[in-house]
Amino acid sequence: MLEVRNLHARVEGQEILKGINLTVNAGEVHSIMGPNGSGKSTLANVLAGNEAYEVTGGEVCMDGKDLLDMSADVRACEGVFLAFQYPVEIPGVTTSYFLKAALNARRKHRGQEELDAMDFLKIVKEKAKLVDLDARLLNRAINEGFSGGEKKRNEIFQMAVLEPTLAILDETDSGLDIDALKIVAGGVNKLRSKDRAVIVVTHYQRLLDYIVPDFVHVLVDGRIAKSGGKELALELENKGYSWVADHSAETATSA
Amino acid sequence: MLATTQETNAYDTHHNALTGDGVRGNPDWLCSIRKAAFARFNELGFPTTRHEEWQYTNVAPIAREQFRIGVAGIVPTADELSTFSLEEDCAARLVFIDGRFSTVHSAVASLPDGVTVCSLAEAIVTDGSPVASFLAKHATYEDQAFTALNTALLEDGAFVHVRKGTVLERPIHLLYWSTAPEELAASLPRNLIVAEESSQLTVVETYAGANGSSYFTNTVTELIAQDNAVVDHYKINREGDRAQHIGHLQVHQTRDSNVTAHAMTFGGSLVRNDIGTVLDGEGGECTFNGLYMLKGSQHVDNHLLVDHAKPRCDSREIFKGILDDSSRGVFTGRIIVRKDAQKTDGKQTNQNLLLSDDAKADSKPQLEIFADDVKCTHGATIGQVDSDAMFYLQSRGLCKEAARNLLVYAFASDCVSRVRIDSLRSQIETLLFDRLLEGQRPGEAT
Repeated sequence: MLEVRNLHARVEGQEILKGINLTVNAGEVHSIMGPNGSGKSTLANVLAGNEAYEVTGGEVCMDGKDLLDMSADVRACEGVFLAFQYPVEIPGVTTSYFLKAALNARRKHRGQEELDAMDFLKIVKEKAKLVDLDARLLNRAINEGFSGGEKKRNEIFQMAVLEPTLAILDETDSGLDIDALKIVAGGVNKLRSKDRAVIVVTHYQRLLDYIVPDFVHVLVDGRIAKSGGKELALELENKGYSWVADHSAETATSA
Repeated sequence: MLATTQETNAYDTHHNALTGDGVRGNPDWLCSIRKAAFARFNELGFPTTRHEEWQYTNVAPIAREQFRIGVAGIVPTADELSTFSLEEDCAARLVFIDGRFSTVHSAVASLPDGVTVCSLAEAIVTDGSPVASFLAKHATYEDQAFTALNTALLEDGAFVHVRKGTVLERPIHLLYWSTAPEELAASLPRNLIVAEESSQLTVVETYAGANGSSYFTNTVTELIAQDNAVVDHYKINREGDRAQHIGHLQVHQTRDSNVTAHAMTFGGSLVRNDIGTVLDGEGGECTFNGLYMLKGSQHVDNHLLVDHAKPRCDSREIFKGILDDSSRGVFTGRIIVRKDAQKTDGKQTNQNLLLSDDAKADSKPQLEIFADDVKCTHGATIGQVDSDAMFYLQSRGLCKEAARNLLVYAFASDCVSRVRIDSLRSQIETLLFDRLLEGQRPGEAT
């Protein structure tokens, strides 16, 4: 489904991604782990089309289409979804208004008819249950005055409504208490399907107790230093990121 | 100040015609007001940018032209005017064409007892009218040349008087239309609104006119809110694209009165709104709510003066500007807290959203506090559409234009939501969205 080849990107003139290679197939859950500053969030933002990040080389294809050629909104309509590390507060626009506009933009993109208010409300009510989100929050301005946990749940809720084919979760677990973490992970697990791929970007192994990945990749200094199965996450937990960093430095020296 | 005779010629002629012996509508009390105001205007002359109060706004285009009063162009059809009407059932709709009351366009439903709504010209010649006790008492012109000019030439406008304890729920709509003929035309409406003790009313003033030719509107409204009165005032500026509009709303409030004044500016090429109140009784409250959405080379200057003269009064000022192209928005918010005005609570906010690199905003708070137990805050921001918010919306599937429009709308939404007349609020929303879609640049749309 997703094919990333030798991806290079920089932000504010500084090179962050230095040649990422990654293949994600439909139905798989991949976890991207790594120390602070390794480029995890940059990768998530570049895949979603954030213009603040400049792609300087490489290719990204989704279902054979060149993703880098599309603006963020077109990627979204094609099925990419990014759950933000820091969801933005937007006073003056309610979540439900915004989400209806988003859902209809993507339906229009696919040549489907726009949803009316009744159909939309039905979907929203059903999906809000999935993440135990108080439906009344949806009539408030986007994320305004939401707690950290509410913001993250709102992200997963939006993901559930928009039903992406490629969902990227950017440190959705950071700062959550265990109850909120379970709710968020539960929401993600319910959305796992054979047609959908999920990339979970996280700093902490804890999340992977609840969202069990098929593959784990460790990002160090803008490159994937190590890939493996879910057991790699446990090994990291025991040995720390420095283990991979040293390991990859050794590999680089010996090569 | 040098105001040459040539510059004031047209005004001179008109003033002399108004104040001549035996002229109808020129009672002695008014004649002396007109004469004193004209003398003051001639002393002051038009302000220049050397005046602190006019630092950011150059009125030379008004000062150098020979605007003429009473020049009429093509009278609009009812259809043309309907775009500017309120859908609501209004208690009264008065239409003024080039500053003069137009009976054929106006409609006054049966008003409850205690409510008078008529043209000022009529009120002036009506025996026993209370006009003389209120007119020109509060909109002082000692330092305000344009108010002096309006007073010197005052002739017509609206007179609204609501007696003690009377509640008028339906709004009164005043619509000022400038026909803007080929010649440079000026109109100088003068309005007087008096809300007596414990009365309640809503007044909407809409200023509009033809596009394409230059005209000058110089309007003054005096609003007197007596003890415990509640008044909502709206001024919607939808003037023609070459109009120059100088307006002054002067409020006077006594004990426990509550006044909310909205200034929504969309039209005109050069606009100045002077909005002031004197909180002259304990427990008074005023809210000034403003929105300006500008494009092209529009210049709009909102100049607020809240005078806290008595203790325990609250004032709120929230003005927001959305500036596109090479437009310029100016906000000056002066708050004076007099020595006796303890427990004053004043809050002022001005926020500007720049949609273009060439747009410019100036924001100037001026707090003059002479009491020691007061709470006064002010804040100003000037910024662009937030790129994080843009990406957030786009990452959900909204195209760039839709995302930007939503954010601009969101920026204005609190000012718009304070409009309590449903059809007026949707009219303003439509104006906002139309302006946003106009501003859509080719290539940006997806």
